[in-house]
Amino acid sequence: MAKLTLNDLRKLRDQKQKAIEKRDPSNKDAQIIVGMGTCGIAAGAKETFNAIIDELDAKGISHVLVRQTGCMGLCHSEPTVEVIVPNMPVVIYGNVNAEVGKQIVNDHIVNKHLIDNHICDKPAMDIVR
Amino acid sequence: MAYKQYILVCGGTACESNHGIALFNALKKAVEENGLVNEVQVVRTGCLGFCEKGPIVKVLPQDTFYVEVKPEDAAVIVKEHIIKGRVVSRLLYDKNQSKINVGIEGIDFYQKQFRIVLRNCGVIDPDKIDEYIARDGYKALEKVLFEMKPQDVVDEVSKSGLRGRGGAGFPTGKKWSFAAMQPAGQKYMVCNADEGDPGAYMDRSTLEGDPHSVLEAMTIAGYAIGASKGFIYIRAEYPLAIQRLETALAQAREYGLLGDDILGSGFSFDIEIRLGAGAFVCGEETALLASIEGMRGMPRPRPPFPAVKGLWGRPTVINNVETLANIPVILLKGGLWFSKIGTATSKGTKVFALTGKINNSGLIEVPMGTTLREIIFDIGGGIRGGKAFKAAQTGGPSGGMIPPQFLDTPIDYENLAKIGSIMGSGGLIVMDEDDCIPNIAKFYLDFTVDESCGKCAPCRIGGRKLLNYLGKICDGKGTYEDIENMREISEAMSRASLCGLGQTASNPVQSSLRYFMDEYKEHIDEKKCRAGKCKNLLRYTIDKSKCVGCTACARVCPVNAIAGERKQPHTINSETCIKCGQCYEVCKFHAVNRA
Amino acid sequence: MSNLVQLEINGIPVEVPAGTTILNAAKAVHVKIPTLCYHPDLKPWAACGICVVRTSGSPKLLRACCTEVAPGMKVTTHDADIVRVRRTVLELILANHPNDCLQCPRSGNCELQKLAADFGIREIPFPTEVPNIPVDSSTPSIVLNPEKCVKCGRCAIVCQEMQNVWALEFIGRGEKTRMAPAADVTLNESPCIKCGQCSAHCPVGAIYERDQTREVWNALRDENKYCVVQIAPAVRVAIGEAFGLPPGTLMTGETYAGLRRLGFKAVFDTNYSADVTIMEEGSEFIKRFTSGGTLPLITSCCPAWTDWMEKYAQDFMDNFSTAKSPQQMLGVLAKTYYAEKLGIDPAKIFMVSIMPCTAKKYEITRSETMFASGHQDIDVVLTTRELARMFKSTGIDFPSLAKEEADSILGDYTGAGTIFGVTGGVMEAALRTAYCLITGDAQPPSINFEAVRGMEGVKEATIDIKGTPVKIAVAHQMGNVEQVLDAVREDRKAGRKPRYDFIEVMACRGGCIGGGGQPTGATDEVRKARTAGIYTDDEKCVIRMSHLNPQVQKLYADYLDKPLSEKAHHLLHNHYHAKKIYAK
Repeated sequence: MAKLTLNDLRKLRDQKQKAIEKRDPSNKDAQIIVGMGTCGIAAGAKETFNAIIDELDAKGISHVLVRQTGCMGLCHSEPTVEVIVPNMPVVIYGNVNAEVGKQIVNDHIVNKHLIDNHICDKPAMDIVR
Repeated sequence: MAYKQYILVCGGTACESNHGIALFNALKKAVEENGLVNEVQVVRTGCLGFCEKGPIVKVLPQDTFYVEVKPEDAAVIVKEHIIKGRVVSRLLYDKNQSKINVGIEGIDFYQKQFRIVLRNCGVIDPDKIDEYIARDGYKALEKVLFEMKPQDVVDEVSKSGLRGRGGAGFPTGKKWSFAAMQPAGQKYMVCNADEGDPGAYMDRSTLEGDPHSVLEAMTIAGYAIGASKGFIYIRAEYPLAIQRLETALAQAREYGLLGDDILGSGFSFDIEIRLGAGAFVCGEETALLASIEGMRGMPRPRPPFPAVKGLWGRPTVINNVETLANIPVILLKGGLWFSKIGTATSKGTKVFALTGKINNSGLIEVPMGTTLREIIFDIGGGIRGGKAFKAAQTGGPSGGMIPPQFLDTPIDYENLAKIGSIMGSGGLIVMDEDDCIPNIAKFYLDFTVDESCGKCAPCRIGGRKLLNYLGKICDGKGTYEDIENMREISEAMSRASLCGLGQTASNPVQSSLRYFMDEYKEHIDEKKCRAGKCKNLLRYTIDKSKCVGCTACARVCPVNAIAGERKQPHTINSETCIKCGQCYEVCKFHAVNRA
Repeated sequence: MSNLVQLEINGIPVEVPAGTTILNAAKAVHVKIPTLCYHPDLKPWAACGICVVRTSGSPKLLRACCTEVAPGMKVTTHDADIVRVRRTVLELILANHPNDCLQCPRSGNCELQKLAADFGIREIPFPTEVPNIPVDSSTPSIVLNPEKCVKCGRCAIVCQEMQNVWALEFIGRGEKTRMAPAADVTLNESPCIKCGQCSAHCPVGAIYERDQTREVWNALRDENKYCVVQIAPAVRVAIGEAFGLPPGTLMTGETYAGLRRLGFKAVFDTNYSADVTIMEEGSEFIKRFTSGGTLPLITSCCPAWTDWMEKYAQDFMDNFSTAKSPQQMLGVLAKTYYAEKLGIDPAKIFMVSIMPCTAKKYEITRSETMFASGHQDIDVVLTTRELARMFKSTGIDFPSLAKEEADSILGDYTGAGTIFGVTGGVMEAALRTAYCLITGDAQPPSINFEAVRGMEGVKEATIDIKGTPVKIAVAHQMGNVEQVLDAVREDRKAGRKPRYDFIEVMACRGGCIGGGGQPTGATDEVRKARTAGIYTDDEKCVIRMSHLNPQVQKLYADYLDKPLSEKAHHLLHNHYHAKKIYAK
């Protein structure tokens, strides 16, 4: 990519903002966001991340985008995973090990069930989108 | 098949012990009885953190938040809220609300957090510059480069009232203006990412979660003070943050947001990462500069301040990560907006790394002026295991211990100084009744003694002496003369040490002598440690009437200090006992006494 | 004037130049703020915390040594509170310091001892803990005793910034901090050039000269030994300080007398051999200058400098004068020429030199050419400080001794010989003689070459020798030397004729008068006074050019034939070897 001019930057921002609002990058309507700060990784977020991707592959699910993000502050509950599925409440799960990761794919994504005992509430209003 | 509604029941310890399980079962039963099993899912959650008002029930997707819900309320919630769509207002936190979607936004408890610094952390993918840009990233830089003169930028930051988040709280605008005032020529902008307090990770998380915010801020600062070169001094122990920074730097350069002629504005700025080897003192700005220059990291006297004579003798502004992360927001929303948050002298928010004996340890961002009680009990969910709060240590190892009587003091720079602590970089360690104050002071001193650079006499020698006295006291060999000497040394250290490390290293001693003298007295007079933490003051014995002779204690004892026949009461030889406490832990019959 | 700052110190209005530190400004109100780590030669390191004062506008106590005055500042240099903090800091320092003042080489002139006395410390409230770290006595010149170290940092700053040697470093952290060569090698394996400036700046007895007085006493007691001694030019203007005389007091005759009272059979003067050095080195210069030899010629009298060159500037090895230093020339002549003349077995001669220098202790065995007489040419080197102790131990009332003369054939000197003790002196002495030898004139138009004198770190001049320009540079204090070498390197790289023909280097500030073996407490003020003493000695000499020294002329007539003769080469010249900076 070439260096941006001021207008390029503004255009890029508009375009990306829309994409994020739509939450539809490349035909994927659901998202699983794994907290990958040092706290998350130390608590096993990489294993969780891999387990989720493996499980999605195994189940042949292609409409879910798996992303990473930084620490959201819920370090007592790492690894944390945020799940955004259309027509379901946005949920942050805590203490998500590889096993729970698989459960997220099977219960939350496939069966549209929330998972018992792993919901971590949103700590601040502005983290909720 | 998707559910239409979800009932979340808090599964935290506090709520569960308050008939939470019965409530959960009652809700399940009510859902079944009303034939809603396929439409409504009842879920247990982790602690919702609002234990004071538990048990908590939340209904999604309306986000209705019910407090102090009893099992007998289950039927009403299902009948009224789920079936009829009417909110059960008597169970709401704010009883006057009647709209059905009374969500968490309506409860001030959740609003105790306010995210400026951490605005993007946990929201964007830190490896993707596009996501940062989408959330108004580099918009402040645009504004600064094309609409503002350097002096305007300095003025806006001054107006915001932002003070350095690295610890000392020096007004950022003032610092920038000192450097901006210096004659043009080579100047430097340095980001201090050498976060070193044990248990503190605010800056690490910011860099890991939102690296571009710091790059953008440094570029803005460079423009404001007339610097074309920046350094990020970060400890090598932060590999992930370094990796994310490197990715971010490459992306910003690719986009032309760093480098020559940024966005065609004519302004050029670039940033280099310098790795620190992890010395605590290198977080002190003059030692940090020495380290960047390739010298041993030892503080230099100030004045001259780095803003006048810094890196290689050139004007240099050093800001820490958190300070910088505020900058883009201040420039976008205006200094005035920022100055409305916080207290009279301390504006904006503060990020704390909440650790210790607390339920919800983690990273929080609250407006200045929030009280310790709000942080510890509301946001932090209170003390782990329902124990009693004893003290909170702000400012890492160089802070002071804050006793319960100051729980309601609004936290800002001045108030913390007044009660003998410091803001520091934002570590907040909570201690409960099981913590021994002299022992904790010893722990902190151990750290600062180890991390002293060794340059100035008060810190190098004084710290060691304090540590020796604390060791003596914890061994039950202390005297009141020792206490007097500790006071004397502490004062000399805080007044005659060269840098902030030495000046604050005695804070744990000074504050604990001020607020917890009774514990010191116990250690000296009664040779007693009420928390049971000072090993040399402990004595383990076996209560013959309770001991059944199961031999469990004798088997775990690492030094064979426990003797006794099977099925006969055992005894502990106090001569050989090393007070490791394993017998105490392992005894199922509470036959081992600790005194 | 606009660059004056008005402030108040202890309530008294004071006006001082901008940039003055509080420490210096306080002198205006007759307060000498106590210090420990501060030294006027060095930029303030601000470590000890003894000099703290209170200023308006700062809630903290500030260090007077490094805090500059500001307009309108109100300074309190002392009150009960400040004195209490200082005292506690001092007590802490003392609680980390051995209490064996009785056996300490600095007893009596230790800066810490003086502070303790001034504060009336009678007991230290805190338990004393002294780190147990072995003494480093690996070099022949200086001894490092880390137990006594107060970590003031002076030695490291001197070594790195003043001397550009980088042998001493802070190593370890916190309470384990100590001064030692990097990577904890011994001093002898380090880049140390033995200049001893660390020992001259140490406030306590942590770095000091290797004491060899006992070896000398033993030799003096030994009937089979014929003890002779030489004194270097710079000794005579400094030794009086050890006896309370002002710096720069010329004590030549008293020193000769005192040495005889100690039992030396003959007393020689290094100034004599300095004249010989001029004959050799001056001739070497004339030869190179007139016949296209390697230029610039660089002086080699200073053993610390030659050591530095062998480690750090090997590309200049061919530029070095092969002439030995005056000390070594006298040593070899004593055991050959003098021995032959007086019919003494050179094996019995025990040659002691009194030097302002610790590196001279190293020089006497630095290469096989230091044994040119067939024996070790110099047996023991004592520094000025050691000689003063020998005098004191005898009870000799040194300042009151009647002046005596040096012993003949190695004793008479010219003014040119004595100025070897100051920066620019070797150059000036060489120029005086070179001018005459090149032009055939009896004397240069002015015998004083002012351009090479003074405390400027690098002095450059072009000397007109009847139409032939000779370009010279004089550098002193090792930290000033590299810029001169770099300039020559630049010329070499560009393929130009080097910009200098002749360079003089002395490792210590001010030259030998500021040597590492001189009485402690040297500052520029002291150095200037000693320098003045040397020039007074020069002025007093009837003969002020080396080639006119009758005893030197006799030496060549009777023994060496002429400068640079084969015999002269054998006895009076040496060569250099490349060395690793770290020997390990």
